[in-house]
Amino acid sequence: MDGVHDLGGMHGFGPVEREANEPTFHAPWEATVYAIMRASMSNHLYNLDEFRHGIERMDPAHYLRSGYYEHWLDGIARVLVEKGVVSAEELERRTEFFAARPDAPASAAVRNPPAAPAPSFRWMADPSERPATTPPRFAPGDAVITRNLHPRGHTRLPRYARGRRGVIHAVHGVHVFPDTHAHGQGEQPQTLYSVRFEAHEMFGAAAEANQKIYIDLWEPYLEPGAPRG
Amino acid sequence: MGKNHPNVDKYVESRVRALESLLLEKGILPADAVDRVIRRYEADTGPLIGARAVARAWRSPDYKRRLLEDSREALAEFGLDFDMLRVVENTPAVHNMVVCTLCSCYPWAVLGLPPTWYKMPAYRSRAVVEPRKVLSEFGVEVSESREIRVWDSSAELRYMVLPEPPAGSEHLDEAGLVPLISRDALIGVAEVRLIPPRG
Repeated sequence: MDGVHDLGGMHGFGPVEREANEPTFHAPWEATVYAIMRASMSNHLYNLDEFRHGIERMDPAHYLRSGYYEHWLDGIARVLVEKGVVSAEELERRTEFFAARPDAPASAAVRNPPAAPAPSFRWMADPSERPATTPPRFAPGDAVITRNLHPRGHTRLPRYARGRRGVIHAVHGVHVFPDTHAHGQGEQPQTLYSVRFEAHEMFGAAAEANQKIYIDLWEPYLEPGAPRG
Repeated sequence: MGKNHPNVDKYVESRVRALESLLLEKGILPADAVDRVIRRYEADTGPLIGARAVARAWRSPDYKRRLLEDSREALAEFGLDFDMLRVVENTPAVHNMVVCTLCSCYPWAVLGLPPTWYKMPAYRSRAVVEPRKVLSEFGVEVSESREIRVWDSSAELRYMVLPEPPAGSEHLDEAGLVPLISRDALIGVAEVRLIPPRG
């Protein structure tokens, strides 16, 4: 989707502001959000692409004024409600419960502790690579042009890279296709490529000199292109 | 508050605790998961695997070749099983830097969790269109005669920069080199200097 998350090349965000001696987590709730993401992904409540698309559908103004872990919270809650894991009503009721009891631990609202031991908790995401069943359409050195796609749903073809001429740099094998995997349409694995672009192809005269951009792009994003004249 | 300092809505903590309690109740979230996350990322802060791999690559041409060509096998020397890392090498002719314009993809397995600036709009929007200007704000000057390669992490591959060793470090062994190699150098927004980085 052409959402606010797709930031490459946008103007107006000012200098990169760094924090000296930055802590890993700025507040305990950030670590909790991280744990919730890992636990829900480990138990396959949603996949990585559904998670990302959940974040992309945040209210754009909220996205820009909030930080990373609040993005996660918003996306996780959206997807868990859509999947029926939690209901919007029970989430709302519990939020009110804790808003009224700011010092209460999470366990204060747990009425029926789970009978079964807590399930798996893994640190790594599920692998995205799949066995190749068809040969790659392109080879390193091939000229390609990215398609000018503007899907309403999830895609990993950034806006600034659509309709641009590039060259295949490397073939990464066959990987789960986010554009379908985020929408319950299966993995539909596709060949993934590293594609090299001249920055000038993206940004014209505004590009810096002597700059290349490398983007990992799935085969359905690409068409054969004429070499740069 | 600015666009690059996150505001936190006041209901966020309550909402997090609400979700936490629901997932505890449903048997999805292990009771010790939050403690384990904090332990893993806050307490166990030894040298980054990325820094150790770079130091070894500087001392061993064979290891360097393997790190660049088959990082899984190279990272296994540090007890890590991770096959999605691609290592890109800085040279006098080329400077690499890493970004994720669409979200905040980052090689957690070798660098830990990313700094806030990596995840906020300024870096994500600007790294692809004005990398030299961004690098200059980080104190790194890259001349126009040196090519800049920006790696936009749009899939599940993760990128790490193999920086150039600092001049005058020839006498140092791997253990002496590791403290010089900052997280920022491995993202490609800092150079490695003989004085250890702070923070």
